[in-house]
Amino acid sequence: MTTVAQKPAEPYEVVRVQVPKRSLNSELRAIKIVWRRELIRFVNDRMRIVTSLVQPFLFLFVLGGGLQQLASAGTHGVDLKTFIYPGILCMTVMFTAMFSAASIVWDREFGFLREMMVAPVRRSSIVIGKCLGGATVAAFQGVIVLAIAGLVHVPYSVGLILGALGLQLLLAFAITAFGLAVAIRIKQMQSFMGVMQMIVMPMYFISGAMFPAQGLPTWLTVLNRVDPLAYAVDPMRRLVFSHLNISPIARHVLDPGLSWWGWQMPALLEAAVVLVLGLGLLVVAIWEFSRTE
Amino acid sequence: MQDAHEPAISVSNLVKRFGDFEAVKGVSFEVGAAEVFGFLGPNGAGKSTTINMLCTLLKPSSGQATVAGHDVVLERDDVRRNIGLVFQDPTLDGYLTAAQNLKLHAELYGVPNNLVAPRMEQVLRMVGLWDRKDGQVMMFSGGMRRRLEIARGLMHSPRVLFLDEPTIGLDPQTRRSIWTYIRELQEREEITIFMTTHYMDEAEWCDRIAIMDKGEIVALDSPQKLKAGVGADRVSIQTDDDEAAIEALRERFGIEARISEGAVTFGVEGGEQFVPRLFAEFDPSRNPGSPAIRGVSVSRPTLDDVFMSFTGSTIRDAEEDPAKHRNRVMMQMMGGGARR
Ligand SMILES: Nc1ncnc2c1ncn2[C@@H]1O[C@H](COP(=O)(O)OP(=O)(O)OP(=O)(O)O)[C@@H](O)[C@H]1O
Ligand SMILES: [Mg+2]
Repeated sequence: MTTVAQKPAEPYEVVRVQVPKRSLNSELRAIKIVWRRELIRFVNDRMRIVTSLVQPFLFLFVLGGGLQQLASAGTHGVDLKTFIYPGILCMTVMFTAMFSAASIVWDREFGFLREMMVAPVRRSSIVIGKCLGGATVAAFQGVIVLAIAGLVHVPYSVGLILGALGLQLLLAFAITAFGLAVAIRIKQMQSFMGVMQMIVMPMYFISGAMFPAQGLPTWLTVLNRVDPLAYAVDPMRRLVFSHLNISPIARHVLDPGLSWWGWQMPALLEAAVVLVLGLGLLVVAIWEFSRTE
Repeated sequence: MQDAHEPAISVSNLVKRFGDFEAVKGVSFEVGAAEVFGFLGPNGAGKSTTINMLCTLLKPSSGQATVAGHDVVLERDDVRRNIGLVFQDPTLDGYLTAAQNLKLHAELYGVPNNLVAPRMEQVLRMVGLWDRKDGQVMMFSGGMRRRLEIARGLMHSPRVLFLDEPTIGLDPQTRRSIWTYIRELQEREEITIFMTTHYMDEAEWCDRIAIMDKGEIVALDSPQKLKAGVGADRVSIQTDDDEAAIEALRERFGIEARISEGAVTFGVEGGEQFVPRLFAEFDPSRNPGSPAIRGVSVSRPTLDDVFMSFTGSTIRDAEEDPAKHRNRVMMQMMGGGARR
């Protein structure tokens, strides 16, 4: 502690600030800065970029590569890695989005949450900013996984990349909203991670990210159809498969789509389900956040 | 701008209950514009609770308060736009740089874009952190963080700055420099400063202080007046037999003494002149059976004494407080131990 205040040579003009009344503009600024903070923190935290990619890559190359030998009869000439690739695209954003939501628990633990809570802005602006930040960060991660498409025999096409990115943003947004709604109630990091593992991992497995959601035992089919994640995984798979050059039988077996009593859901409707769910969770998160003192 | 004569903070019968427990028991006071007002009290006195109500973080159970002319319950937003806050616990984002923390604050408070940079430079220079503006806060020392928090609280030119224990855990030198900033600030920006502390010596920097104990304000005045009110010097003596000494003081000097911090303590005018008389009177050759005195100390009235005279106890958590031992003349008497 050696720094001393440098006194300006001559008394300078005091820069006075007049804080304006709350307006839409000030709310937008708040949203933007909360969003920016998430990005800055993400970029500064290289460790996190790496660690959240470990699991998807492990699944894709180790599990996918390893099981290939057993599964080759059932995949009709399609590489198992190619098959689970859409599921991995979803998985990446899921984990990253979860971490983003977890940051609100950190913020509480390290006191920073208070700084945001006392600002003369709506609580909803803070939640929305966090949610958009989480989605953006997750989409960044998604891009990294998209970049390796060639390694699993998926062609690079503009339509595929834009579509996949859009779906990733949507999913990341919904998961962050979900994570925030949970995180606001939970005061400790350990319990938050525990809860998320308990909810998200089963949801991921049931969603059909690792297997086709057709011809399953009835109980699993029921669970699969009510699992919100299934509605993100399925359009992603259809998108990827529409750019693959494979036999009709393989397409039929591996990309059956989600159907309710024989009616095949359109991909856009599935995406809409995710969007509506995400917005609903956002409203819940805002409501919970506004209640806390 | 508001009328300068209107108080910056005005509080009447403010109460906060947590369940059955009454943390703040109906306090009333006013703080004038551009005043430095201190809240002094031991741990758990209710200082933070009061501050939190004034800055709209807690809802009062009953009573009223206005800050910068706005009601803290009904006009929460208006209050928030006009106050700066430095909390008892740190609230910086350690992953961001100093400048990024300030920028974030400016955006949240809607500071006009063209003013963000000049204002930031000004507040950072004021607390001596301008050359560290691009340093990550995680790497800052405790004192630097505290100063940065003060700078941040000032980013939006608040009319009232609340500081909850701004100097806790800092070394005396840093504490002094923070106080210098605070006074300088108050002069330059004409803002009202409301702060809490449990360092007695720091309260001397305030224009007025309120002493809070167990949720109530037990005294409120300028430090000088409070000390003058106690008047006498404080004498404490160590004896073989405290009870007998208190009895003897009452009989021979008409002084009411009591035991505090393991010594017989009392107030008397002209403490240093009193000590020779005391020894003469307690001399066993003259007054056989007098309790033997082993040590004496005389001190000018400090805020500790003020605190003691109002609450009947010293501020208990002042263990590491150097003020307690300052201004104190220790006179170790050789005879006391030998006579035993
Ligand atoms: N949220 C709460 N719920 C229940 N009791 C509380 C709560 N906040 C504070 N208290 C109690 O209110 C009393 C006053 O607390 P407060 O934090 O205001 O004290 P303080 O004067 O700031 O003390 P310190 O010097 O330790 O900061 C304490 O007994 C504390 O336990
Ligand atoms: Mg406190």
